[in-house]
Amino acid sequence: MTDLLAGRLREVLPDEAVITDPVRLRTYECDGLTYHRATPGVVVLPETAEQIAAVVRLCQEFRVPFVARGSGTGLSGGALPRSDGVLIVTSRMRRVLSIDLANRRAVVEPGVTNLAITEAVREAGYYYAPDPSSQQICSIGGNVAENSGGAHCLKYGFTVNHVLGLELVTPDGDIVELSEMDAGYDLLGAFIGSEGTLGIATKITVRLSRAPAAVTTMLAAFTTIEGGGRAVSAIIGAGIVPAAIEMMDALAIEAAEAAVRCEYPAGAGAVLVVELDGPEAEVDLQFAEVDRICREAGAFEIRVAASAEERAAIWKGRKSAFAAVGRISPAYIVQDGVVPRTALPEVLAGIDRLQEEFGIRVANVFHAGDGNLHPLVLFDDAVAGEGERAELVSGRILDLCIEYGGSITGEHGVGVDKSRYMPRMFTDEDLDTMQLVRCAFDVGNLSNPGKVFPTPRLCGEIPRVRKEPHPYEAELF
Amino acid sequence: MPHDALAGTGVTIRTADPSDAVAGVQPKWVALPESTEEVAALLRAAAEHDLAVTPVGGGTKLDWGPPPERCDLLIDLCCMNEILEHAAGDLVVRVQAGTTFESLNQQLSTENQELALDIPVPGTTVGGLLATALSGPRRFRYGTPRDLVIGITVVLADGTTAHSGGKVVKNVAGYDLGKLFTGSYGTLGIITEAAFRLHPLPPTRKWVTATYPTPEQNDSPADYATLIGALVTQLAASQAEPSAIELNWSAVSPGYTMSVLLEGTAAPSRAAAIQHAMTNLEISGIEASSGNNPALGLLSRPEITDNPPEWWGDLPDGGILMEIRVPPGSIGPVLRDVASASMSGHVLRGSAASGVLHLAVPDETHLTAIARLRDQVEGIGGRLVVVSGAGNGVDRWGTIGALDLMKRVKARFDPDRRLSPGRFVGGI
Ligand SMILES: Cc1cc2nc3c(=O)[nH]c(=O)nc-3n(C[C@H](O)[C@H](O)[C@H](O)COP(=O)(O)OP(=O)(O)OC[C@H]3O[C@@H](n4cnc5c(N)ncnc54)[C@H](O)[C@@H]3O)c2cc1C
Repeated sequence: MTDLLAGRLREVLPDEAVITDPVRLRTYECDGLTYHRATPGVVVLPETAEQIAAVVRLCQEFRVPFVARGSGTGLSGGALPRSDGVLIVTSRMRRVLSIDLANRRAVVEPGVTNLAITEAVREAGYYYAPDPSSQQICSIGGNVAENSGGAHCLKYGFTVNHVLGLELVTPDGDIVELSEMDAGYDLLGAFIGSEGTLGIATKITVRLSRAPAAVTTMLAAFTTIEGGGRAVSAIIGAGIVPAAIEMMDALAIEAAEAAVRCEYPAGAGAVLVVELDGPEAEVDLQFAEVDRICREAGAFEIRVAASAEERAAIWKGRKSAFAAVGRISPAYIVQDGVVPRTALPEVLAGIDRLQEEFGIRVANVFHAGDGNLHPLVLFDDAVAGEGERAELVSGRILDLCIEYGGSITGEHGVGVDKSRYMPRMFTDEDLDTMQLVRCAFDVGNLSNPGKVFPTPRLCGEIPRVRKEPHPYEAELF
Repeated sequence: MPHDALAGTGVTIRTADPSDAVAGVQPKWVALPESTEEVAALLRAAAEHDLAVTPVGGGTKLDWGPPPERCDLLIDLCCMNEILEHAAGDLVVRVQAGTTFESLNQQLSTENQELALDIPVPGTTVGGLLATALSGPRRFRYGTPRDLVIGITVVLADGTTAHSGGKVVKNVAGYDLGKLFTGSYGTLGIITEAAFRLHPLPPTRKWVTATYPTPEQNDSPADYATLIGALVTQLAASQAEPSAIELNWSAVSPGYTMSVLLEGTAAPSRAAAIQHAMTNLEISGIEASSGNNPALGLLSRPEITDNPPEWWGDLPDGGILMEIRVPPGSIGPVLRDVASASMSGHVLRGSAASGVLHLAVPDETHLTAIARLRDQVEGIGGRLVVVSGAGNGVDRWGTIGALDLMKRVKARFDPDRRLSPGRFVGGI
């Protein structure tokens, strides 16, 4: 590619940090949502915020869109590149800049993986609380963009509750710091979860949490999903907030068994993984109560992890569930919806009806404590029409979530995948109001455009409106 | 006529009197809407006639922040005090913004639940606590309003009604306007409804309280504040998991009083662990002896009680009220700086482990000392904000990061600057 922009990018970045080779560009054509693909116009691998700012300013000058990418594990197509734009990849920004235990915080670059933060402080008895299942690979920058959660966010909250400050490159190419310390609007809170549409995070200050004194992990097996559901309601009703309550149905268990031999109790229609943590005395009391509740709700087997290895064994089936369904189905869609916890039984019954109506199997894995469902919609792409039917079922599940007062996404984000569902959850006025925020940050709509919002809306009073065709347009790509 | 337009909305309108003044500025009218639709109708009428509007909840904090540049209409949300939905099984509540925090928690307690914020000003409404982002001691464990709000309904300056979030705890669909509006002091729009994540009421609460001598009362004043800071850090890291660690120090009190809250079924045994830690400070390099710590000293030994000390969760009284925020491990330097400023009659109180303290001083004779203190606090990565009680010449906010972006947000939401103009940072 002999275009002007790539040439200009090479003026602000080292040569090898600007990728235009078509074969290498293909590596970046999708994120974890693999059925949306686009070859990026050009990929850059910056190492500093200043370099990112220079790239963004060039994008402004050339009026081309830019998309940030961390590790590309996103499941809503948020990092789907633009063939007419620049993909800014943070994989060379992987330094932990400082660890400050007295102030319980660490400052890291955006490409640092989620787990690397915990690994850096584990010996000192600390950890970084939000723990998406993808934590070994996903970047903290991606976590910030998606406001990622994890199994333990029931008790500890999401990324937004654990990020204390950010340095970002605004869509204008300015380097700005946002801090929880600042008086004024909570722009930090507004930025987190904005899916790369308000700029690029270049430095992140995270809170470090003290490791709990005791952790108890248990697995309870039920013959039916209703039994598991009853147990969840009763645990919450008893005023217990476990660190995590996860549920898997029979089909999800079957898949996990095939993939990782997790050896969950035979004949289980549902398993519940409950983790309690905190001061030892508190955990002991709560464990006794959860144990009693599960038995009353019909648990036929309860296993308690006696060691770190046994804990890992209990979690293994759950953590591998997404990939595991690949063993029992040629293709699948990972859905992410939320319902009020008390509506779980009705919604699961609704999903059953959809399975029958469309002849499509759905494996259910969910963060039961907060009503966050991850239905895995299984299909065979070799069978004509099955993919479309699966897509339909997947969409109908979101309708169910909305009908019961829930949300179309609990943690995977809207991205390109769900922008068309946004009007089902929000009115035009709601969406226009959200646009006001975007317009305040990104008047030219160049920062990850086409994501989150269903239709591009103009901001009005765009500076430097051009009447003539852009001088570079012809030769750009 | 503006008044006819306002009356035409069908909302109760009365003529304002001096008691309705917002930081000294008396509006012309007061409106008492009962629904989001009525607030929207009022704001549309106000937009047509270019009226400046200030929303008010309990009216408890109208003197916070500078006076508005203009204020024609006060929108009083006191009649919007309905609890719309308490989904106990989901640990979620939806309320109208005029509901007081006390009445909300009273209702929630019937299901053994609470909105886990401690609001220091009685009579505060839900809208008011969100607009001012108030929180108290338990921010250490549960966070602040922005961490617990899960959905919000707002009416913008032009009468547009918008929602974001919802009534489920986990939700990442769209931008989170709830966070943006929390702490916006009524300058972006009027909050009419909000949904919150709730917590179960803890079965048992215990407080452990001790008093430590101040530098003047101690033999080794040099590093004394450092020792207190180290104690706070150590308590914050305790695996007994306190919910709050509060400090109280007034110019006339005997010393620094530290009080630690434990919540949960096993609170008594955890309180005993904290009591031990408060007696025996063990920091590397500093020798501790059992029973009493010679380096730190104790004026009163840690005592476990079922009730908090009387100052718990209250803002200090005084002429000028300030909020100091520092990184949570930096309480020591703040104590040292406040001590060396020797502001007679001061009270310093707050969440030591969260790095959020309130300081009250009697009057403006301390303005120079306050300015110096602000420099020191900003020097360790903190902020000092003058909350109330200072004259108009006083710089309330200090250094503000990202002001340009904030102004751009304001310009988009309220381009004509009619919502509480001039009440916020940087003249917003
Ligand atoms: C097996 C598997 C399990 C998963 N489990 C969970 C889970 O439990 N919980 C959960 O929440 N998610 C989960 N995810 C989804 C995904 O891992 C998260 O969304 C993660 O935060 C994405 O991080 P990433 O670095 O891969 O981001 P990417 O996919 O590269 O990008 C995601 C979005 O972030 C933007 N972005 C990236 N970096 C920046 C930056 N520095 N500044 C601004 N924007 C940026 C991109 O533009 C894009 O919109 C899972 C994914 C997989 C594949």
